[in-house]
Amino acid sequence: MTDAIDPLLSISGLSKRFGGVVASDNVTLQVKPGELHAIIGPNGAGKTTLITQLMGEIRPDGGKVLFEGEDITALPTWQRGQKGLARSFQITSLFLDFTALDNVALAVQAQAGHSFHFWRNARKQAELREPARAALARVGLAGREDIVVSNMSHGEHRQIEIAMALAMKPRMLLLDEPMAGMGPEESAKLVKTLRELKKELTILLIEHDMEAVFALADRISVLVYGRVIASGAPEDIRNNAEVKKAYLGDGKKTAVAHG
Amino acid sequence: MTQALTLRNLVAFGTLAVLALVPLYSHATGNFFMMTLFTRIVILAMAAVSLNLIMGFGGMVSFGHAAYLGIGGYVVGILAHEGVGSGFVQWPLALVVSALFALVIGALSLRTRGVYFIMITLAFAQMIYYVGVSLDRYGADDGLTIYKRSDFAGLLNLSNRTVFYYVCVALLFATIYLVWRLVNSRFGMVIQGARSNERRMRAIGVPTYRYRLTCFVIAGTICGLAGVLLANQADFVSPAMMHWTRSGDLIVMAVLGGMGSVIGPVIGAVALLVLEEALSGITEYWQIILGPMLLGIVLYARGGIEGLLQGGRHD
Amino acid sequence: MLLFVEQFLNGLQFGLLLFLLAAGLTLVFGIMDLVNLAHGSLYMLGAYFAATFTTLTGHFIGGVVLALMATLVVGMAVEVIAMRRLYGRDHLDHVLGTFGLILFFNELVRLVWGPAGMNLTLPAWLNTSVELLPGVHYSMYRLSIIIVALAVAAVLYLVVMRTRIGMLVRAGASNREMIGALGINIKLLFTFVFGAGAALAGLAGLMQAAILTAQIGMGENILILAFVVIIIGGIGSIRGAFIASIFVGLVDTVGRAFLPDILKLFLSSSAAATAAPAISSMLIYLVMAVVLIVRPEGLFPAASK
Repeated sequence: MTDAIDPLLSISGLSKRFGGVVASDNVTLQVKPGELHAIIGPNGAGKTTLITQLMGEIRPDGGKVLFEGEDITALPTWQRGQKGLARSFQITSLFLDFTALDNVALAVQAQAGHSFHFWRNARKQAELREPARAALARVGLAGREDIVVSNMSHGEHRQIEIAMALAMKPRMLLLDEPMAGMGPEESAKLVKTLRELKKELTILLIEHDMEAVFALADRISVLVYGRVIASGAPEDIRNNAEVKKAYLGDGKKTAVAHG
Repeated sequence: MTQALTLRNLVAFGTLAVLALVPLYSHATGNFFMMTLFTRIVILAMAAVSLNLIMGFGGMVSFGHAAYLGIGGYVVGILAHEGVGSGFVQWPLALVVSALFALVIGALSLRTRGVYFIMITLAFAQMIYYVGVSLDRYGADDGLTIYKRSDFAGLLNLSNRTVFYYVCVALLFATIYLVWRLVNSRFGMVIQGARSNERRMRAIGVPTYRYRLTCFVIAGTICGLAGVLLANQADFVSPAMMHWTRSGDLIVMAVLGGMGSVIGPVIGAVALLVLEEALSGITEYWQIILGPMLLGIVLYARGGIEGLLQGGRHD
Repeated sequence: MLLFVEQFLNGLQFGLLLFLLAAGLTLVFGIMDLVNLAHGSLYMLGAYFAATFTTLTGHFIGGVVLALMATLVVGMAVEVIAMRRLYGRDHLDHVLGTFGLILFFNELVRLVWGPAGMNLTLPAWLNTSVELLPGVHYSMYRLSIIIVALAVAAVLYLVVMRTRIGMLVRAGASNREMIGALGINIKLLFTFVFGAGAALAGLAGLMQAAILTAQIGMGENILILAFVVIIIGGIGSIRGAFIASIFVGLVDTVGRAFLPDILKLFLSSSAAATAAPAISSMLIYLVMAVVLIVRPEGLFPAASK
């Protein structure tokens, strides 16, 4: 056996077209266990399409996706959740008429085997409620558990999204622009949360917020028109000429928070 | 189980109390028409509760639910016609047959969503109606008379009006309790979540189809039992029991009472059937009033009676 | 053989009537996202109006034209009074609201025309038979239904495919928000489309009236068949509705006619006689079930959503 660490997620040659539009163009990248790998790129680069394919909601035209060495390219969405892959939605997609706690408890329940239990009141089961409460606390929503989601703010929706992903006890988290639409205070809070989560989870983060990306990422891949044009350590990416031209812009300073 | 003393709860539990007390009223006043009317109400309330399980909680709007009334009823009718009068055979068989039909229809229909689902359930119910009409041996269009109610060998005498009434009420209350437990269980959470946001349910790792199908079968089976009761109550079965307008009536009961709770449809059944009795006393053409009234409820009082009494879901 | 030709033509005729009904339904659903159960009521009204006006005027064609106009007016009135408030709502709301309209119209018809049905008597020139091939006679009336329905289908095709209005209709069927964004007067377009659908339903109803008589509740039975057609053909697709209607019409008519004989090949005579009616009624729905298993969106779905 080699000592090279096998990647947790390995994407090779992933391709997807929608009519004349190439959404994913031979995308190849790896995410190592324990790292926070960020994907950046201009709008329309195919970032969300990539996540959708990774979760099995869309079938790629070509290429493979391996998770923990297992080929999951053809696996239906609900089974990927069972395998340890969890995502948050860019456009939040929650159970709006339920409370925050109900939402996260459902995610816990989904991981606890089948749900053909017809009798006991699910809202009174500690084995579902406690982990849900804990996940909500981790994202900073302690005390807001019993509020109906449709009455909560957009930022709180995003926090619930992440709490739900956490409740699935994933081995890897796919986060699709979690900071989108957040003010500076909320973003800072989320960065702090992610920094904590980094210690126990592998994360694939798609983001536009460059401050957050450079604060958190161990490695960065840059996606432009569906193609990975560069992949490597944050410093290398920041200094990469092609990347600068395509995305960061020439002469633009990027503020970096260390920590 | 602590419940707030709200107007809605008063009306809901008051309705149940009234239903339980009707026979006392009838015996006291000699007005047995009341008991006959309310037996029908109780039975249809049970059917409406079963429909609301899939419709209000599951988001599966079935326009063919009355088919199960017919299926349950016809099993009893056919067995009685062929000389099998024992309730111990008729009733379980009716449940099994209803469940099987629900399984097949559900398995096909649940492959679709929204308006397709509505049309398909309607189509299948119509198909079953036509099959009923073509059963010459069992009365076809004219229907089949049942000369003796289900025989329970001395345990229960269903020919006694009062006994029969209380059997129906007991089964209604049991249904309400069962459905209440169901919607609050883990199974119920999946069903309600799938109604709220199916995509999300799948993303968290739940294969929704099998749960919805199970729910559909449970609802169909309960409705089949209601059909058994209906056949006994009327001493008669006919394809008219399964006509698509009957399915429409059940939907109206659920919406009128309130789709957000387990008891809502019971309130709706009482309201609708009492209203029909009252209106038909006024004019022969009472549906001219009922039709636009229904449209009005849809446009202005969507939460039904419960909605008018309060806001939001309880249970 | 002659029987087969006759049944085949009957099936074609029935299928074309179904198409007229399904076309209106699928257009309204495709463009306005409205599930209209009361479509059958307009079918029924067309029949009753025709029976009434032809008797009143003593003139067949005149009566028919009046009936179509009356149905068109009623259709547009229903759109303005009731349907407008339902747009954008849950489909269950549509189902309930239009179910209420069905109850209303059925009862209204009973009030105005009485519970017994009405007959639509044909003029002498339609009440004959035509020799299509040597020895093969067919009812002139049924033949004219086929011709008229095909003509209407052709006009519909031309309008939808070749005119500006048709373009709006097609665009609307696949992307509703866009036509609003293009600044077209949506309200007018919707009223027009709904009215057109009503007129088609009324035409189907009055054509059928001469064969089966005008009756209360006639709309709902055929409406459900129209739903089956739409499920098989695909929602929003006129082409799908056309192909599926012909198919359904043929399967139903020819199936009913020949099923007893086919069954006799496998079963005893009495078993065949008992089973045939039941299976005939189920035939169409079995086809629908197969389509659902293989292609749940229908054979030619139009909508991209």
